[in-house]
Amino acid sequence: MSFVGRSLKRIEDRPLLMGQGAFAADCNWPGQLHMRVVRSPVAFGRILGIETEEAAALEGVVAIWTIADLDDLPPIDFRQMGLERLAPYRQFVLARDYVRYVGEPVAVVIAVDPYVAEDAADLVFCDVEELEPQLDATAEPMAFMPDVHPGLMSEPAVIRRGYGDLDAAFARAHRVVELEVKIGRHTGVPMETRGGLCVYDGDKDTFTLYGAAKVPHYNRDAISRMLGLAPGRLELSEGHVGGGFGIRGELYPEDVLVCAAALRLQRPVKWIEDRREHLLAANHSRDQVYRLKAAVDSSGFILGLKADFFTDQGAYVRTHGTTVTDLSAGLLPGPYVIPAYGVAGHIRLTNKTPAGTYRAPGRYESTFARERLIDAIAVELDLSPVEVRRVNLIGEAAMPFDRGFETLGTRVVYDSGKYADLLERVLAHLDYDRLQQQLAERRSGGELVGLGLGYFVEKSGLGPQDLVRMRLDMHGDIEIVTGVASVGQGVETALAQICAETLQVPIERIRVIHGQTDRIEIGFGAFASRVTVMAGSAVKIAAEALRASALEVAAKLLQTTPEVLRLSNGMIETVNGSASLLLGDVAAHLEQTGGLTGEGRFASSHMTYPYGIHAAQVRVDPATCAVTIERYVVAYDVGRAVNPMLIEGQIVGGVAQGVGGAFLEEFVYDENGQPLAASFADYLMPTCHEVPEVEVLLREDAPSPLNPLGVKGAGEGGINAAGAALAGAIDAAIQKPGAVAQLPITPGRLHAILRGGRS
Amino acid sequence: MKAAAFDYLRPAGLGEALALLATHKDDCKILAGGQSLVPAMNFRLARPAILIDINDLDELDYLRADADQLKIGALTRHAAFHRPVVEGPLGTLLAKVVRHIAHYPIRQRGTFAGSLSHADPASEWCLVATTLRAEMVAKSARGERVIAASDFFHGTFTTALEPDEILAEIRLPLMTPDWRVGFYEFSRRAGDFALGMAVAATRVEDGTIREARLAVGGVADRAIRLGLLEDQLVGKPASLAIIDAIAREARGMIEPNGDIHASPEYRRDLIAASVKRALTEALA
Repeated sequence: MSFVGRSLKRIEDRPLLMGQGAFAADCNWPGQLHMRVVRSPVAFGRILGIETEEAAALEGVVAIWTIADLDDLPPIDFRQMGLERLAPYRQFVLARDYVRYVGEPVAVVIAVDPYVAEDAADLVFCDVEELEPQLDATAEPMAFMPDVHPGLMSEPAVIRRGYGDLDAAFARAHRVVELEVKIGRHTGVPMETRGGLCVYDGDKDTFTLYGAAKVPHYNRDAISRMLGLAPGRLELSEGHVGGGFGIRGELYPEDVLVCAAALRLQRPVKWIEDRREHLLAANHSRDQVYRLKAAVDSSGFILGLKADFFTDQGAYVRTHGTTVTDLSAGLLPGPYVIPAYGVAGHIRLTNKTPAGTYRAPGRYESTFARERLIDAIAVELDLSPVEVRRVNLIGEAAMPFDRGFETLGTRVVYDSGKYADLLERVLAHLDYDRLQQQLAERRSGGELVGLGLGYFVEKSGLGPQDLVRMRLDMHGDIEIVTGVASVGQGVETALAQICAETLQVPIERIRVIHGQTDRIEIGFGAFASRVTVMAGSAVKIAAEALRASALEVAAKLLQTTPEVLRLSNGMIETVNGSASLLLGDVAAHLEQTGGLTGEGRFASSHMTYPYGIHAAQVRVDPATCAVTIERYVVAYDVGRAVNPMLIEGQIVGGVAQGVGGAFLEEFVYDENGQPLAASFADYLMPTCHEVPEVEVLLREDAPSPLNPLGVKGAGEGGINAAGAALAGAIDAAIQKPGAVAQLPITPGRLHAILRGGRS
Repeated sequence: MKAAAFDYLRPAGLGEALALLATHKDDCKILAGGQSLVPAMNFRLARPAILIDINDLDELDYLRADADQLKIGALTRHAAFHRPVVEGPLGTLLAKVVRHIAHYPIRQRGTFAGSLSHADPASEWCLVATTLRAEMVAKSARGERVIAASDFFHGTFTTALEPDEILAEIRLPLMTPDWRVGFYEFSRRAGDFALGMAVAATRVEDGTIREARLAVGGVADRAIRLGLLEDQLVGKPASLAIIDAIAREARGMIEPNGDIHASPEYRRDLIAASVKRALTEALA
């Protein structure tokens, strides 16, 4: 019986559907204290003093600390893509000398209940000498912290990549097409806000932080280092997680503060973020400006691409280091050949909330820029946008395709892909020519309707490795222990299916343990669409090891050889059906000698590269500037689909967020750096009314040669090209090529386009 | 987002509630549905020392129609209007409008009178009350007075109510079956605050408009009745031309405000679009 490739229902859903899932806020401990963070009310300024006396006098307040009280804590380090010259821009757990964004933690209150803690936090007065904030990442860099870091400017690094002879390309150009586009500031907004409960166990002199997510092992080590805790004294435990999207689970000041408080007070300390804090303090993302210049020949083929772009990193460089900018530079060329390329990605600090990764980091943005460029080339040369894409796509014969540079420390080699084939499939699915004709007819009838396309290459399966241990007990139940994490994406089910495929055990008999640092010594977490690729492969290896030992033992017990045995429905039987044994009985037989187990470790130094296409059809109401999405198609080749239903869910969820970033979500600041979208009244998330039905063309045309399953990650394809496709569709609907040069496309911006020039 | 401390009082009858209001005046707030007040308290934008919960005051939970008025008691929830509460155009209009008020769960708790007392410039009920020339019945320990809609709304979140008064009842004039009504609202998402909206009602005889009601909301500090345009409509034939002309005039009559969701210029166009669509519906 096959388990991989079937849309089996999720094994993790029962507690969620019964309302019994335990999230961070559901964790409680007798005698727990509550933490509240006092946050900067201004965007930029020198701290003159922080007055805490009045707050400290409030009944129920246990402690109030500023950086002066936590002076021994180092800044929060980079988890990946750190550079030495970025080090001075790291954030301390509480503001030191300067505040650099509204919402920056300046003090922390610990009290007996969350109400008292918030009352006390209101009474803390932060005396700040305000300075002119930097709010434009494209403006001249300015001093990061004048006089504390003399000479340190707000451009910590410029990421450069390139190959080929750009000068020659531009010398040969039939035309040069230039473009400037902007992607607004928005981020992943999980339904569950951040939170944690750190519990001190006086008996064992150890601490446990509940509410972990994404990268528990890394965070355990990082917090331990910061607090000087020896290995083994701090464990992290993940419960159910209400969405991650890249932002949840990174190490933030509050995670360290809650542990520092538990350590100092030797009492349980709990912190649950409220939504306003979340929108002010958790990582923002996107917010890039691209300036592109393409040399093209008369067929629309891009001979060379020069790109300058600016990442608005916000106030500090957080755990991701250069990740977003690096990925933007690395994946801007996308599915196209582009024989010569030069890019400079400027990381610029401003006085906004620090930024990090958000689902398809650097790709949502760079795909928007690149696909807008392709559309502009088509207009410039009077070609169809489809034709321009066709002539530029990397051919199947060129796979594996080496880009000639690195991203995230691994060489960019597209492992497999049938790019042209997928494009033709999408066109056939849309009945493209006929559809365009229909749209043209509707436009002549006065309607503003149009179709847009976005082609993209994703990346997934970032290493370095993952480890899985598996045990089958005497009842025939299997426990899989892995160091990856689950942020709600269906990890348990996907891993169980891969295990079941090898062991022929119903997935209901399989339990997957994740995100528990005390259960397994290493783990690399849930990000970069890596879990199914890395842990999935490790599960397959572990299951094969377990299967081999089960067959070996069973062969002895049945007085035969392993070759004539097969697994079926929790049993081992001879192929002729003459004898059989329960897997649980084999396990019972091995009980005294370590049990029936398997271990799998999968390491990879290269990423896999799934690819796909978004197609959007929209209608614009010229009177109100409302945009209605009439049709939305995502074609995505994931190599091999472990559970198509889960992947479709990932894609549809991604589209929802992509629509949010394209139309609704934007962190707007006023000229003083005050955030104007700090609640759900102004930061608009898409709802079921705004999200279209999504037609998913899930393809398995180009399996990855880099892992035993052939899988590529499926987490980010649904969001990647949403901005690009919707922008193209609106251009087409209003018949103003290149009109949309900025996301989100709000009705106000569309109004400006329709009444005046460009956005 | 935890509310500051407050005292909570739950009177059993209107007399007791009015006595409490008379005692505490500005220190207290009335809690009915709480769908605006409670979030404001959680953001600590509102910090009433005392909450007077009127949810036990059954005498305020009613909807009654007499010969010429619909009387809406203070505890009537938005959801009560999901189906027409009276026969004829008024019930139809209210049922049409109510679906634009936030979301279903909010409509189960929030009250009609609460919306008017809160006086959000983007409130649909404030627009309806303004358009239809509602009467507000304010009660206090001092007695009772009736306030015309045109005198009731003073601006964003401010009304004619005194600190010791409760908006006990709203009276909407019934509309004879020959009235036609129209409503249009534009918001960023379904259920969001209106960026522009309009209510129109007309009575047409033999193709000629005999009476008209027209107002816009969500564009200034309160709903604005377009009396001049109502007068212009009267006596005119119901036609596309008059709709276009009125929409154009409405666009130029109002100086709309701007915020992060809509510039004044954009709002002006939304006024025109809303008036046009509401009127088109009312003259269909």
